[in-house]
Formats: sequence, structure tokens, C-alpha cells
Amino acid sequence: MAAPGTQPEQDPDRTDRRVELGLGALSAAVLLLISFMIVFVFAKAWPSFAANGLAWFGPGGDIGDQLTAIFNSPADPEDYVYELRAWPLLYATALITGISVLLATVLSVLSAIFIVEFAPGWIASLLQPVVRLLAAVPSVIYGLIGVLVLVPFFGNHLITPEQKESVQYVIQLDGSSILAGVLVLTVMITPIMVAITVDALRSVPRNWMEGAAALGVNRFRALRTVGIRAARPAIVAAAILATARALGEAIMLSMVTGSIAFAPNPLDGLVFFFEPAKTFASEIVDCAEGLSVKPFGETMYAFAAILLISSAFLSFCGWYARRSMRKYTLQAR
Amino acid sequence: MSAHAQSRAPAALIERLRTAHRESWSLGDLVGVAAAWAAGLALCAIAAAIVIYMMVQGLQYLSISEMFSHPLPGLDQSQSGGFLDPILGTVVLTILSTLLAAPIGIGIAVWLTEYGKPSGLARAVESGVEVVAGTPSIVLAIFGLLVFQEGFLSFLSYEATDGVAFGRSFFAAAAMMSLIALPLIVGATREAMNGIPRHVREASYALGKDRASTIRRVLLPASRRGIGTGVALGMGRIVGDTAIVFILLGASLRLESQGDIPGLQVLQGTGSTLTTYVYNNSPAGEGGSPDKAYAAAFVLLAIVIVLNFGIDLITRGKGPSWTRA
Repeated sequence: MAAPGTQPEQDPDRTDRRVELGLGALSAAVLLLISFMIVFVFAKAWPSFAANGLAWFGPGGDIGDQLTAIFNSPADPEDYVYELRAWPLLYATALITGISVLLATVLSVLSAIFIVEFAPGWIASLLQPVVRLLAAVPSVIYGLIGVLVLVPFFGNHLITPEQKESVQYVIQLDGSSILAGVLVLTVMITPIMVAITVDALRSVPRNWMEGAAALGVNRFRALRTVGIRAARPAIVAAAILATARALGEAIMLSMVTGSIAFAPNPLDGLVFFFEPAKTFASEIVDCAEGLSVKPFGETMYAFAAILLISSAFLSFCGWYARRSMRKYTLQAR
Repeated sequence: MSAHAQSRAPAALIERLRTAHRESWSLGDLVGVAAAWAAGLALCAIAAAIVIYMMVQGLQYLSISEMFSHPLPGLDQSQSGGFLDPILGTVVLTILSTLLAAPIGIGIAVWLTEYGKPSGLARAVESGVEVVAGTPSIVLAIFGLLVFQEGFLSFLSYEATDGVAFGRSFFAAAAMMSLIALPLIVGATREAMNGIPRHVREASYALGKDRASTIRRVLLPASRRGIGTGVALGMGRIVGDTAIVFILLGASLRLESQGDIPGLQVLQGTGSTLTTYVYNNSPAGEGGSPDKAYAAAFVLLAIVIVLNFGIDLITRGKGPSWTRA
């Protein structure tokens, strides 16, 4: 009995070791792939950054013409054209992302307050699947609705002929605009934020809220002064997640905000919001066919590198926000 | 919510009068409450508007024959055929990517929760997964193109010119798609496994099981629900993603097979999915057939809603309970 008994006892131990090593190797391989991604994209993007220096980020010239020149650059690697001033794309990306995250933050905090405190039971339980559905609708459907409903509506009804005339020598207004992009993007990222904010508000200790109520404060004031304040790190984390999503949104924005890389001028007044723009991500989508032209492809990888570095920075910020939340013993989910 | 309902139950009217007397609602508070109501109802209204609008437009243009006929290269809407190939493309791509992502994701999650040594590597893997979660899919797409155009990977697509692979195939798209689903699967699996109390593992060890068989026989079955949710969420993301399909699947009208190994030739070839079909048929793409785009978008939305419903079914049921009697 003893000899056969020891045999299986040793064997499981070795399979255990093997499983640990196998899974560890798998994880390490995926990590390696991810590091490869970062290194590859930056290596591929380097010529574009190196040729332009810091002016890459600056304004100057028409970016459409510059991209055409890069696309048509001679076949000899010595004569590759890299000249690019990416300011219009940078500006549009920051503008569209910034405004929609701002709007989405306000909207999601308000709806989270509504769901947690004020909604009658049946509306609150209805809102949960509604939020999940809104978060799950593919971006191309949002884009389709945007381009077939919102854009023609803006073009035909909201933008007056005078407004079109006022900028007709600079840009054509047909409804594909920052405003359409911002509106659709806000609807896309709000549900992500609502889910996180609701979870955080629900995990605020009950006696904190009761303490506020005992001081004679009404329900809204208690939520605003105690609940929202306690859930602040979660709201920040949610906003960061939403920013990452908004930054990377390519297809919807390329459908809705027009296909002209243009830096809208705030001095134009209200027309500003009706002017088209283009973000880094949607520029990559629109130029996908030219990726095989070497200098042009490298320029696209430079755009991707900017997106990659900002999303990595954002996930670092999100990690930091969640850590500071743990300090106050509020659980982030 | 529930606590309020409870306190309202016995002497609701008296309670309400008393609090109404004591609480003072300033104008700002009332505006805030009104805004909260407006925001909540606006979300409901937007969701209802999207679903109803897509349903009206989709059902108007959708016909059964369209779903089962191949797309044709016609310029006019009446001649461009159906969208059988995009539907097949969506199904094939989703299955292939899930088959890739699920084992890898579950493996990483198990390693992180149960082993996780050396801890430096575990932290690095954790943050790596986090980075992927934040990376835009368009970046993953053009990174995939960079990788799969390498000559030695040409067996996954086909050799376009000497030493350079075409780089666009179901294999390439599925590999990058699995990276999109990966963080969701890892997150959900880890959460489920962390929710299993320590004494369950200890009971298994006490019975003489080692860690590997504890994972296989106890922990994985117990976290089935979480894993299912993660996989379903991942599938939702895969079905809805456009950028990777647009760049890595070639977005050809039909499923174009490559190579000569039966079964594999489809996967080596190019194709399109419902998302790229919608994109290409919208005014933003080259094709101007919004009717077809609406119909295909409706099918896409239906798939997403069914997946969502599946998640609901998975999470609603009762999981195993670990409390000691």
C-alpha cells in the first residue's frame, strides 16, 4: 500500500508546479505582447516625430495638404516627406473629448443621484438595463443615427443660411460638426460613468447619510454634501475611463464630425460649434488605405502613439484615483 | 431605496409631514432635484428613442431574403444584394476571438488570484491588462497590421509580395479582437474567484487536493457565473467593434477565401462584419445605401440586445452560497 500511495502523492505536486509555470508563462507572454505593442508603435512613429521636432504639435499650414504631400512623397527613402503640423487634430481631439466628458460628468452624476435617491422603485429598476443597453450599443449604430438623423437636421434646420455664408470662404457647413460629435459622444460615454457612480453612491456608509439627515438637511443636500463628496474618487475614476473611451472613439466621430481636418475658431461665435473637425483616431480610420505608403503609414503610427501614450497615462490616473478611494475604505467596483 | 420604503411603511403620512416641516428645500435644491429627474428621464428617453427608431427603420427595410443572400457589387440600393456574408463574418469572427480570448483571459485571472508569484511580474501583468483595456481599438488595429504583415506570419493571411504578408484575415482580426475582450474576461473572472472565501480552498486542501485540482474542480466551477458574464461582455465588445474589422479584416464585400486547406481557407481570407457593412453603406463610407445600413444595423442591435439579455440571465440566478450552516 505504501509504495503506490506515495507515487500519486508526488505526481499531483508536479502537475501543480507545471500548472503554475504554464499559467505564469501565459501571463508573461501576454505582457510581452503588450510591451511589444508599445515599443513597435513608437519605433514605427519615430521618423515622423524626429523629422518635425516639437513643431509636430504646433499649428501651421493646411494639414490636409501636408498629408497629401506625405502620401505622394517620392519612392526614394532619402526624399521622404514628413512635414506635419498636427495642431488641428490635437485641438479637435482635446476639444471634443473635453466637452463631452464635461457634459457626461454632469449628466451622469445627476442621473446617479436620481437612481439612488429620487427615482420611484420601478423607474430605478428600469434604468439599470437601460444604462447597460446604452453602454452596449455599438459605436457604428450611434454613428449611423448621427450621420442620418442629427447631421441633416443640423444642416437643414439649425444652421441658418447667414451662418453658412459667414464662413463660406473658409469652410463649408453641412451639419457634420463638433456639436453633433459631442452630443453623440456624450450619450455614448454617460452610461459608463453612471454605472460606476451609482455603485459608489450606494457604497457610501448609511450612517454618514443618516448623520446628515439628523442635522435637518434635506435628501438632496445630504447627497450633495456627503454622498457626492465621499464618492468623488469614484467619479474621477469614471471620468477618466470615459475620457479613454472618448479619445479612442474613431468610427462614430469619423462618420459624424465631417472629414476635414480643420481647427475651429472660437472667435466665430455660435458657428464655432457647427464647424467640422477631426480627431486623431478618426484621421487614422479615414486614411487606412494609405497605411502601406511608408512615410504616410509612419505618420499614422505617430497619431496612434499619441493615443497610446494618453490612454496609458489615463489608466495610470485611474489606478491612482482608485487607490485613493481605498484609503477612505470605499470600494471601487 | 429599500430603507426609505421601509420607513415610509408604518406611518407614512405622519413621517412625511414631519420631515416636510423640518427640512427646508432651498431653490437650489429644488433645481438640483429637477435636474436629477430630467437627467434620469432623458437617459430613458434616449434609449427608447434609439431602440424604437432603429426598429422602425430596420423592420421597414429588412427582409428575410436580404439576410440570406450574398451582397453584390451594385451601386444602386436595389442591386447591392443582401448581407449574408457580413452576418457570417460577425459570427465567425466572434466565435474565433472568444475561443482565443476566453482561455487566455481565464488563465491569466487564475494565475493572478491563485499564484501571482513573483509579485513584481503579477503587478506588471495587472497593469499590462489595464493598459490594453484603455487602448483605443484603432491603435490595436494598426498594431495588428504591423505584426501580421511580417513575412513569417504570412501563413495566417497570404503572401502579398515577396516577404511581406497581406496581413488582413480573420486570424489577424480575431487575434486583436481577443485583446479587446481580454480585460473584461480577466476582470470578471478575478472578481468571481476573489469572492470565494478562503475556507472553501482550505477544505479542498484538507481533502488532499493540490492547488491545480482545487482550481479545476472547485474554484472554476464556482466562478462559472462571473466567467460567463465576462465572456458575454467581451463578445458584446467584439460584435460591436468596427475599427479592427475595418483595418484587419480587409472589409471585402464577400468572404474571400485564401489558401487551399479546407476550413482554414475562410479564416485565412478576408471578409466583413455587420459593423463594417453598416459603416460602408452609410453616407460616411463609399456606398450610399442607407436602407441597407439601417437593416443591417437593426440586426446588429438585435444581436447586442440578445447578448445583454443573456448577461441578465447569467447574473440573475443564485450563485453558490458559502456561509457555514
